[in-house]
Amino acid sequence: MSTVTIEAAQTRVPERTTETTAVEDAPPGSFVITLIIRRYIPELDDEPRWEDFDVRVLPTDRILDALHKIKWEQDGSLTFRRSCAHGICGSDAMRINGRNRLACKTLIKDLDPSKPIYVEALKGLPLEKDLVVDMEPFFEAYRQVQPFLIASSAPPARRERTQSPVARERFDDTTKCILCAACTSSCPVFWTDGQYFGPAAIVNAHRFIFDDRDEASQVRLDILNDKEGVWRCRTTFNCSEACPRGIEITKAIQEVKQALLTGKAS
Amino acid sequence: MSLKSTQLPTPTPSGSRTLNPTSLRSRRFSLPRRPAGTVYRGREGMWSWVLHRITGVGIYFFLLVHLLDTALIRVSPEAYNAVINTYKNPIMGLGELALVAAIGFHGLNGLRIILIDFWNVGTRNHRLMFYIVIALWVVLLLGFAPRHLMHVFGGGA
Ligand code: SF4
Ligand code: FES
Repeated sequence: MSTVTIEAAQTRVPERTTETTAVEDAPPGSFVITLIIRRYIPELDDEPRWEDFDVRVLPTDRILDALHKIKWEQDGSLTFRRSCAHGICGSDAMRINGRNRLACKTLIKDLDPSKPIYVEALKGLPLEKDLVVDMEPFFEAYRQVQPFLIASSAPPARRERTQSPVARERFDDTTKCILCAACTSSCPVFWTDGQYFGPAAIVNAHRFIFDDRDEASQVRLDILNDKEGVWRCRTTFNCSEACPRGIEITKAIQEVKQALLTGKAS
Repeated sequence: MSLKSTQLPTPTPSGSRTLNPTSLRSRRFSLPRRPAGTVYRGREGMWSWVLHRITGVGIYFFLLVHLLDTALIRVSPEAYNAVINTYKNPIMGLGELALVAAIGFHGLNGLRIILIDFWNVGTRNHRLMFYIVIALWVVLLLGFAPRHLMHVFGGGA
């Protein structure tokens, strides 16, 4: 191997890197947006504060990509939850421009990039740090509705419990929940009354109440007949509009109310 | 004890916790102070609920006063008349208009809520029903307001 080739390679490499970096830094079609993030670091801040960040993004990027860029390139202390980054784990629900959405499902081009984009933590749950809230009250309500199959009989030997397509269809919508809390923390009743079960718990109760393999519908209906149960719902539809899975939550709540009135879960 | 992941500089002592970790580098902070949080941007459903609440509370306080002044007739008809006469001024006239507007909205939206709860396609059409409520309400006020304001400001009677 001659030294000439090595030198040639050495001179060529940096050139290419700069080019690539230039394109990587500002890909064609990209532009700069301003994110205004409500930050709170308990060790340092008495009060949450707003902070601005400029990020270069593509229209097809998501808010999550912008948050990643900030965390990785500008300020490593920015804290938020995310796991799957593909809208299925329910980790990254937050308030984007005043509405609850998943950061990983909100495309820049669906927002107005000429205006700053406001990002803040979910409302109504205790703020822990930056965009992270304490989800415990949310999961506590979820656990209380007993979100699991309750059946006294064992399934048929070496087979699963079968169900007709029609019976499955009855509760299909509410099986889609990913427990992101976008609905519960968009509910004005939940903001003022943290004891309210909240839409997500009712959605997950609905999923078993209307499942014909389950035997504890009445138990769950009794739980939701509480003062803090379904009757707290004021049909503001914030939950239905916030749900990233497009679950018709208010409809599900209405069906539970109906089942309570008529005394049958059909 | 393990360090916090942020490993931030310790805040200045004696309670003045104003040091921001990010201000160590020059950074644009949003000034002047912004509100604590943004207002949740709910849509028709949320605002109809807000209006329903406001009109509901308003009507409640009206009813309270109304019960009291009507009860006066048991005290003496003169006292009742005296109180009712103080109502006959333009400010009360506008108040009456507001009362009709509030009751109109509360009643019509109440029907909408009943339909949402008891009619199984109601939840899918709540937005349309909200606009119908607003349309009916405007028609109601267009019928009532001109006549009423003529009475109040028309000099006569
Ligand atoms: S119902 Fe929708 S918004 Fe609510 S927790 Fe489940 S997925 Fe999230
Ligand atoms: S990161 Fe999993 S849902 Fe957004």
